[in-house]
Amino acid sequence: MIRVQQNDFDIGAEIEAVKAGRGDIGAVVSFIGTVRDQHGAISEMTLEHYPGMTETELSRIEQEAQARWQLQACLIVHRVGTLRPGDNIVLVVTASEHRDAAFDAAKFLMDYLKTSAPLWKRESGRDGARWVAADPKDDGAAARWKKRAAE
Amino acid sequence: MRVLYFAWVKEKAGIAAEEIDPPAEVATIAELIDWLKARGPEFANAFARSEVIRAAIDQSHVRHDARIEGAREIAFFPPVTGG
Repeated sequence: MIRVQQNDFDIGAEIEAVKAGRGDIGAVVSFIGTVRDQHGAISEMTLEHYPGMTETELSRIEQEAQARWQLQACLIVHRVGTLRPGDNIVLVVTASEHRDAAFDAAKFLMDYLKTSAPLWKRESGRDGARWVAADPKDDGAAARWKKRAAE
Repeated sequence: MRVLYFAWVKEKAGIAAEEIDPPAEVATIAELIDWLKARGPEFANAFARSEVIRAAIDQSHVRHDARIEGAREIAFFPPVTGG
C-alpha cells in the first residue's frame, strides 16, 4: 500500500495496522526519513511532487518489491508540502516471515524511491532557498539492485 | 498535448502547465526540448543543461530519444530528490 499526504503519520499506528489480524508475520522493518537542519542552516523544507505520477511510481516500486521478496505486507507513506527540521518525510514498513526479506525489501524500496519517485526538495534557511541537488550516490544504490537481479 | 514543468524547470520556465501543439517534425523528447528552447529566453534558460532534465510521457519515465506521438501529457523535471 502507498500513500502521499501532507499530514504527519503515526509510526506505531501504521505498524499496528500492518500487523492487525495477522499471525503469519515474523519480522517487521520500518524506516523513517526525517528533515535535517544541517547544523542550523535549514529552517524549512518544501516537498513538491507530480500528483498522479508519484502514486503510480510508488505503486510500481512496491509491486517490484513484492515480486522480488516474499512479503506479508509493504507500506510506503511519503509526505509533501512544507516541513521543518525533525519532521517525518517518508515511512517504509515491510513485513515478512523472516527478517532478511523485510530488511532487504525496505532498503530496496528506499533506494528505488530516491531515484524514481517524482518528488523534489526545496530547502530554505539562513542562506536563502535552493532546490536540493540529486546525489549521485543514490543512483549507485539503486543500480546495485539491478546488478543483483541480473546475477 | 499538455506539458507540465516541475521544480526548478518550472521556476525557470515561469509556467507550471500549458497546452502545446508542436509541428509534426518534432518527433522525440529531445526534439521537443529544442522546439521549446526556441520559444523564448526563459525556456532556453530552463533547458540550458538539457542532458540533466528528466522527462515523462503519460506519467512514465522516458529517455530523450522516446517518441512523443500520441502522448497526452509530457512532463519535464530535474533529477528527483524525494525520500
